[in-house]
Amino acid sequence: MKEQEINDKSRRDFLKNVAIATVATAACGSLTCSCTSNKTAVSEKVRLLSPDGEIVEIDSAYLNHQEHMAIISKLEAREGIAGKKFVMVVDLARCKNARKCITACQKWHYRPEETEWLTVKLLKDSEKAAPYWFPKQCFHCDNPPCVKVCPVDATFKRQDGLVLIDNERCIGCKFCMAACPYSTRVFNWNEPELPVEIMKQQYSAETGIPAKVGTVEKCDFCPDRAREGMLPPCVEACPNGVFYFGDENEDTVTNGDETLSFTQLIKDRAGYRFLEELGTKPRVYYLPPKERQFPVERGYENLPDNIKARFKDIMEEKAK
Amino acid sequence: MELNTYQQEAFNYQKSNIEKFGKKNLFWVIFFLLWISVGGYSLYLQISRGHGVTGMRDNVVWGLFIVNFIFFIGLSYAGAIISGLLHLFKVSWGKPIVRLAQMMTIISVVVGPVFILLCVGRFDRLHHLFIYPRLQSPMTWDVLAILTYFVGSVLFLYMALVKDFAVYRDANMNIPKWKQKLYKILALGYRGAASQKRHLIISQNLLAIIMVPLSIIVSSILSWIFGMTLRPGWHSTIFGPYFVLGALYSGCGVLIVAMWVYRKMYKLENYFTDKHFVYLGYIMMVLAAGYGYFTFSEYFTNWFGSAKWDNEVINKLFNPEAYGWWTLFANVVGIFIPILIVALPMTRKPNWIALVSFFMVIALWVKRYLIIVPTLETPALPMQDTRMEYVKYSATWPEWALTFAGIATFLLFFTLMSKFVTVVPVSGLEESEFNHHHHSNNPAVEPAKNA
Repeated sequence: MKEQEINDKSRRDFLKNVAIATVATAACGSLTCSCTSNKTAVSEKVRLLSPDGEIVEIDSAYLNHQEHMAIISKLEAREGIAGKKFVMVVDLARCKNARKCITACQKWHYRPEETEWLTVKLLKDSEKAAPYWFPKQCFHCDNPPCVKVCPVDATFKRQDGLVLIDNERCIGCKFCMAACPYSTRVFNWNEPELPVEIMKQQYSAETGIPAKVGTVEKCDFCPDRAREGMLPPCVEACPNGVFYFGDENEDTVTNGDETLSFTQLIKDRAGYRFLEELGTKPRVYYLPPKERQFPVERGYENLPDNIKARFKDIMEEKAK
Repeated sequence: MELNTYQQEAFNYQKSNIEKFGKKNLFWVIFFLLWISVGGYSLYLQISRGHGVTGMRDNVVWGLFIVNFIFFIGLSYAGAIISGLLHLFKVSWGKPIVRLAQMMTIISVVVGPVFILLCVGRFDRLHHLFIYPRLQSPMTWDVLAILTYFVGSVLFLYMALVKDFAVYRDANMNIPKWKQKLYKILALGYRGAASQKRHLIISQNLLAIIMVPLSIIVSSILSWIFGMTLRPGWHSTIFGPYFVLGALYSGCGVLIVAMWVYRKMYKLENYFTDKHFVYLGYIMMVLAAGYGYFTFSEYFTNWFGSAKWDNEVINKLFNPEAYGWWTLFANVVGIFIPILIVALPMTRKPNWIALVSFFMVIALWVKRYLIIVPTLETPALPMQDTRMEYVKYSATWPEWALTFAGIATFLLFFTLMSKFVTVVPVSGLEESEFNHHHHSNNPAVEPAKNA
């Protein structure tokens, strides 16, 4: 009974937070601008549209700063957010390789341009099949091969479903990278170049900042933002609403524009998990690229040459 | 410490190797040290600048280092299994080569693990392996296995040496005082009393009984670092025995080469006889056939099953534009030629056998490379990366320098050890039908009584 109450409360909290995040996005176009607003500034009310379609009035002081401010204890970072079970749904029918998710992710995590935690692949399942864009971040598997092989418990599975890395414990053996079938993890081969203020920031496994040479890192589903009720930057930045992020316990996912029932969405759109047969039980679901919104070329034509080169083989084969 | 005439002769014959260092050896030691210092500089670069100085990247996360790790650790396991079995089955012709096998065991178990440490991004956090150990991880199994194995093999070698140390202590050799003293300490007061003999033989038997299965277990655990992942070319049920066999096989080759080198260097033709080469050659041939059989099973099932991901690796291994020529080299030089050379009576000679062993060892090193790198270059998702160094592994000079430094360390230890103990153990030596000693008028058929 009590648990039910807690769940209900956290469900409401989540929805409220999601609403705030959503309206913040709507208000500013991008959350980056909220960074400039100051909480101590003269508070003013803003009228915003909630996910339920209602007009709500919110004190601008409630708009969150885009800063990595969730300093939580190491133990909390290992345990995770109580009552949550984060899940993501990626709608392949909507992706046109706009790559806004990547830029937003890189920016939020202070990653150098070439190191992508989140990447977009161009997949072609079989000879006759049509190629499609395939955004891929960490799948936060429920049976994670990476966690199984870590000799020092530097990468761990939390109660909220996330797989995170403690880069203060990681010895850099790279066994997790060899074990991950999805090439999710990246290694800091050289000393990371970070702004001074970021270098000084206290490390948390939830933010992954600052990065450390000789350690492994990867997409973390931005739990620091989730604690603040914000969606991950990739979800917010996507102009086409490809990513739905949410909580399996609440059975709710949102891409910022619409909030849907997770099970219903998976059911209606035949959601599947990538390489299900490996038994890793990913927490990321894909919706097949049926009735696509964009021709695949749209994601290719205007790319810079160096990125275009990645997909050249498949695109040229298709053009034939 | 009493020796029979045959053992006394063997000792007198080798005494000068312990007494004098020799200019040639000095040259080699300096040469090896130079190599090692180049490796030391590379290590400095790797630590100060990060692993970016190596050719390893996000897809191929392990390269030459782990290949060397498998290679050297394999030699070690082979040495332990070979010497353990020779001891347990009381193979009298094996007595002269036991020391070499055990030297190989101990030296490689020191050199090998250094290479796995080179794969580790944070040297400063190695203690995490002990303060935050996670037993689920095959890496933790391997740490435990190698440490256990290290202790076991040191004891095994030492027990086999005690009698000889007593011989060196009592020999009144022309050696510096510290060396004399060290022999005295290491001999543990062994005088050849009946109770001492009994205790020593029991310890040796027990250690041999422990070391043989232990080597098989740790060798399998090493393979499971790869076998336990979901990757094609690694995720295989035969990986444990495959690695055990590969270790034994390459170790047998190194033993033959070491025998050949010492036979030449110290003129040990009476102890490392032609028969020794032939007998080890036979063992090598059987191991070659076994290794070939395992390799064939791996390739054939993966190819015939033709699952997409498995086949991607197989295609790379057999495509001349990828690893095809190396696969050919590894299997022809590493399997077929050794079998052929030992099978033909014409070439069943020490020089031939040593030569094919030498190339076989190189081929087996290449084989390990072919196990590691092509699989890492074949992730489930297409790489779609334009940074060539991320797509295809190519070892950098610091990696090669450290590899050669590892080989130099291996050889350096061999050189130094052969100046501290006799390469042919003297105390347990038995005269057998094919040790025709040059001083003996009547080649004794009867083995010596004291053992």
